[in-house]
Amino acid sequence: MADTISLQVIRYRPESETEPTTQEYTVPFRKEWVVLDALNYIKDQIDGTLSFRWSCRMGICGSCGMMVNGEPKLTCATFLADYAPNPVRVEPLTNFPIVRDLVIEMSDFMRKLPRVKPWIVRDQEKPLSEGEYRQTPEELDEYKQYSMCINCLLCYAACPVYGLDPHFMGPAAIALAQRYNLDTRDEGSKERMEELSQHEGIWGCTFVGECTAVCPKHVDPAGAIQRYKLSAAMDWFKSFLMPWGKK
Amino acid sequence: MNETPIYTEYHPRWYRRRVSTYWWLERSSYLLFILRELSSAFIAWFVVFTLLGIRAVKLGPDSYQAYLNWAASPFLIIVNLVTLFFVVLHAATWFNLAPKAMVVHWRGRKVPGEWIAYANYGAWAVASLVIALILLI
Amino acid sequence: MAKRTIEPLLWTLFSAGGVIAALFIPIQLLLFGVVFPLGLAEAPSRERMLGLIGHPLTRLYLFVMCTMALLHAAHRFRFTLYDGLQIKHLNELINLFCYGGAIVLSIWTLVLLWHIP
Ligand code: SF4
Ligand code: FES
Repeated sequence: MADTISLQVIRYRPESETEPTTQEYTVPFRKEWVVLDALNYIKDQIDGTLSFRWSCRMGICGSCGMMVNGEPKLTCATFLADYAPNPVRVEPLTNFPIVRDLVIEMSDFMRKLPRVKPWIVRDQEKPLSEGEYRQTPEELDEYKQYSMCINCLLCYAACPVYGLDPHFMGPAAIALAQRYNLDTRDEGSKERMEELSQHEGIWGCTFVGECTAVCPKHVDPAGAIQRYKLSAAMDWFKSFLMPWGKK
Repeated sequence: MNETPIYTEYHPRWYRRRVSTYWWLERSSYLLFILRELSSAFIAWFVVFTLLGIRAVKLGPDSYQAYLNWAASPFLIIVNLVTLFFVVLHAATWFNLAPKAMVVHWRGRKVPGEWIAYANYGAWAVASLVIALILLI
Repeated sequence: MAKRTIEPLLWTLFSAGGVIAALFIPIQLLLFGVVFPLGLAEAPSRERMLGLIGHPLTRLYLFVMCTMALLHAAHRFRFTLYDGLQIKHLNELINLFCYGGAIVLSIWTLVLLWHIP
């Protein structure tokens, strides 16, 4: 096996360029190296000006998402060996503006996330003296999968609906809303529904399913959205048939 | 305020990429998706084809025969073969995705998604069999 | 609820129509579009067809199947036009074309089935 591998990295330097360009680097090939290791090698040994985000190197922080050969990937969990000896193309996540090189602008997501209230909402807090809110393992299982999200935004990069309409709430935000809706301690599903029953909420989704395919944490946002649609439709019929039942 | 706010939130020099009109050619999964969505046009065609058949039956034996002959023309056979492909694609993708929207609980447990898909396929087989028996016997 | 949209209704019709289309259309198309035209089996005679379609249950079935399949197709095709061609700004026109078409064809279905002797 060759002992080097070439990386085609998208560069964008807003102070001197109007458009991204590709730069090729040759790095040592090690079978235990992930794409992020190669990028760090470039940064340390070849070209200190290359910018990219990363932190944990273990698939937890969700900051190292990039397009690797056109697929959204966590670069800390994507091995060079899977691509060698062919060159590896590294690009910033699609569907987001590029700030610099491989760094994307994600404040759109950051503004959307709180709109679905991804925290436990109570009508009335129980006094401390009454103890904690208890939950059985089965109740935990109901939402556990959706709580694994690390906000890496790979699903947004994979979602053509988000690419076409940036107003779309997007996979992870809806999956997180569902995570709290399915939590027995939560009472906020009505408030979330108001936000999500808009066209830019769940109804914009056409079930492409790519978000689920690329999610490194098996969150299955596509499934969450379809379930959400089903309950939104049932809510709609209920409020239509029994308008007096509304609070 | 002399500082150039290069990295503020509203920095105007972000580079925005546009989604290509042909985005659905970019990945095979996107292509499959768009084919699945296009099945809708073929379903509409099937309904029209069926309605024309009903009309022919209503109008009399001659028009029914004319309808059968028309359906047997090579062009229409090809159209309907293509339609069949899309209709089956619709059915298969529909049944595969059904468990995603429907989470069924039975005796306090989640029913595995595959079972729901199998149940769907089973129903498909039964419905097809019944219709085939009615029309062939 | 704040803003009322009819998306939930459209989606429910889309889904119900999708199930019906998936269950019933392939076999009917296989028979009428391929098997009978190719002569692999004898098409039912006109009397037989008339008897079949004349039955109230068949009529009901045909009506439900056709209208639901049309509403399903309209909804899906609307989104295909939005996204595939990126022409969301023609929103109203697309809706008119898709749902309007489905409604017109549904009315035709009703009229046809009504007049079967
Ligand atoms: S749902 Fe999955 S892909 Fe999307 S942000 Fe969360 S972990 Fe990442
Ligand atoms: S560096 Fe934290 S997820 Fe990859």
